[in-house]
This record gives sequence, structure tokens and C-alpha cells, in this order.
Amino acid sequence: MDSLFVVPFFAGLTLALLLPLVGNLLRLRDEWLATLGLAHLAGAGALAGTALYLSNFIGALAGALAGAGAKQASGGRSNSGYGLMILAGWALTLLIAANTALGEALAHALIDGQLYFAGLRELIIDGILLVCALPALKWLAPRLIAARFFPERERANAMPTWRWHLGFDLLAALAIAAGTATFGLMASFALIFVPPWIAFRRAPDWRRAQWLAAGLGVAGHCLAFWLALTFDQPFGPVLVVVFVIAFAMSTFWRRPAGADFRGR
Amino acid sequence: MLTLDAAVAGYAAPVSPAATFSVARGEVVGLAGPNGSGKSTLLKAILGSARLFSGRIERAPDTRIGYLSQQPVRLPEVPISGRELLATLGADRMTPPARLAEKLDARIDRLSGGEYQLLMLWATLAGEGELILLDEPTNNLDAGHIQIAIDEIAAARPRRATLVVSHDRMFLDAVCMRVIEWGTAHG
Repeated sequence: MDSLFVVPFFAGLTLALLLPLVGNLLRLRDEWLATLGLAHLAGAGALAGTALYLSNFIGALAGALAGAGAKQASGGRSNSGYGLMILAGWALTLLIAANTALGEALAHALIDGQLYFAGLRELIIDGILLVCALPALKWLAPRLIAARFFPERERANAMPTWRWHLGFDLLAALAIAAGTATFGLMASFALIFVPPWIAFRRAPDWRRAQWLAAGLGVAGHCLAFWLALTFDQPFGPVLVVVFVIAFAMSTFWRRPAGADFRGR
Repeated sequence: MLTLDAAVAGYAAPVSPAATFSVARGEVVGLAGPNGSGKSTLLKAILGSARLFSGRIERAPDTRIGYLSQQPVRLPEVPISGRELLATLGADRMTPPARLAEKLDARIDRLSGGEYQLLMLWATLAGEGELILLDEPTNNLDAGHIQIAIDEIAAARPRRATLVVSHDRMFLDAVCMRVIEWGTAHG
């Protein structure tokens, strides 16, 4: 691999491992649509940051955190709210792009999904995020699973739920911001959406769903990177096509043995 | 461990009649009555999920609650095994009944309705709560599973205060030390 592409490859690889793990919990909470809303706001934030002579990463982070804050302030989950985020983010992205010279190029990069602009800064930030997020996810997962299946338990026992609900919202916002700034908008969404979808259909338990989703993310990233370089194609759409094909192939995958006890 | 004194519960408007009774550690108390009489709403008020319009509800300090909903959350597609679900609640330290143990490695979305109900009931009983609230725990259970429920509630009794809402009178008579007929709500 040309040395020019080594840093973008590894920057993307860290997120290809992390985003599906975050996506599993988002899917559990039925919030996968939220990621598209947050990704759009992150994209708008990245452009706004550039227009204000800040780094696009900081702008993306601000946009995603603003979305997470709005979600918390509105008291939780609503597809209508996420739809509004998508519309607002999309409109802001294109308006800023239309009114700033650099913004147009960056908007294309964000929407088309061009990984090759990721540099050492993205690699360092993405690496730190991965190292911090993995133990955080291990702590968060059992609490979020318990909350999903026993929602009254937290209020009845006056548990400090903000620690894991807000904590996860912030972690998801950070991961989506990093993904948007590194991969582009739809590539990030694809990593958060498709590997968990396959894992939810096929894995026999949560532990293996985590491994499967992360494995699919990493494998998809590697394959898409190679294909995009070999055939001189934009990385983001290639990644999405790889995952769409992976999902289609997964429909032919036999269910885990002994996994279906219903009436049998 | 739990005391209700003329407690009237509801949401936008009162739903339940005034309830006055108590449940001590080691007791299993039942609430029996027709559908729509506010039994589940009263449980929700004890949890803090429904509004208390008048009267009072008191729990002993630092009492943890375990609660089985009348309609436990069930997701159509989720790769979590029963064993993993129990672990998230700290309910994996006790030995489950044999009929449940053999299903613990299966995905919970692939269990039958009765198997799932038994799992959720066990998760509630084996968890950390000292005050257990069970709302229609025999929903979807066959006779064999109902007997398991009776046995496990009885086994958990010494260390718990348990309040059971059910329309299954035979079940209540088998598992409860006293049953409050909803409508009088004194006990």
C-alpha cells in the first residue's frame, strides 16, 4: 500500500471496529435512526467549524453533541425528533457548502465519503476514542440491556441512570462525529447500521453479536479500502455497497444450531 | 417493608380505590379483583410510575424493588441469551429451575411465550430486590410452569416481601398467605 494511504487506512480501521459495537447498543435501544440524525448534524457542524476557521473534527463533535443534548432535553427517543435532526443537518450542510468555497469541497467529502483526507490528527483522535470507548462500552452494555428489558426498575430504585444513559448518548455522539469527520456521513451510518443488523439476525448471544458486528466492520473496511483503491472509486459508496452485499449474503446464512426453541 | 394507607392511584385521574394494607418481610400478599379495577395501577404507584392522588405509600428505607410487569418487554429480534439477561440483573447467582436452566443458552427472542414469561419471573425473583411486585405472573404459563412459579415464589419468601396481582384465584390461594379482595382493599 502506498504510504499515502496508510494513515487513512488505520484511522478508518479504528472506527470500523468501534462503530458497529456502538451500533449494537443503538439497535438494542431502537435508536439506529438517531445515528443518521446525529451524523447529519455532525456533518453540518464540521462545515460550520471550517467556516469559522476551526477544525472540521471539532465542528463535527459540536454538531453531534448538540444533537445528543437535544435528544436528552426532549426526554428520550422519538423518530420524529430524529427526522428533524436529519432535515436540519442536511439543510445546514448544503447551505454552508453553498456559501463558502472550502465548504463545497468538504461537503462533497462528507457526503461522498472520502476516507483519504483523514490524516494523523484523525488517526490519533480515533485511536484515543477507541481505547477509551472499549472499556466504557463494557461497563455500559449490561446497564443498558437491563434498562431495556426492565424499564421500571431504574425509577423504582432511584438509580443514577443519567450515568449510563447520558454516558452512552455522549459516547455515541463522539463516535458518530469521529466517523463523519473520518469516513463521511453515510459510510459512518452504514457501519453503525448494517453489521449490527446482521449480528442481531445471526448471532446466538450478545457476546458473539459484539464479535460478529466488529468483525464485519473491520472486514468490510479492509475490503472496501482495497476495492476503492484498486478501481479508483470513492471510498464511502464502496463501503456501503460492500455492506449491502454482505447483508444480502447473510440472508442465506443458516441460523445458529439449537438457537430456535420455539415450539420445537 | 411496604405500607399503604388510603392510597389512591391513577394517571390523569384516579383509577384505583383507596388501598390500606401492609406487606412485611416473609409475607406473600395477593391482590385479587376484576380487570380494570386498578390493581396494576396501584403497583405502578408503588414504583413511582403512576400518580398517587391521596393517601400514602411507604417503603422501608433502602428497600430495593423487583418488578414483573403484566406485559414484560419483548423485542422481536435480539441476540441476548437468557443467561446473559440474568447476568445483567445480578440474577445469575441462584440455581434456576431445571426447565428454565435448559433454555438459558437460547436467544430470548426464540423462546415460547411461556418460556419467556418464566424467564422474566425468575429474573425478578433471583434479582436483588427485597420487595417483589408481580403483576399477573402466570400469564402464558402452562400448568407445569405455574407450579414452578409457585415453588420459586415460596422459596424466595423468607427473605422478601412479595405482593402479587393476579386474576388466577387458584394461583393466589396456592402462593399467598393472605389475599386482599380488590374492592375492599383492606388487609
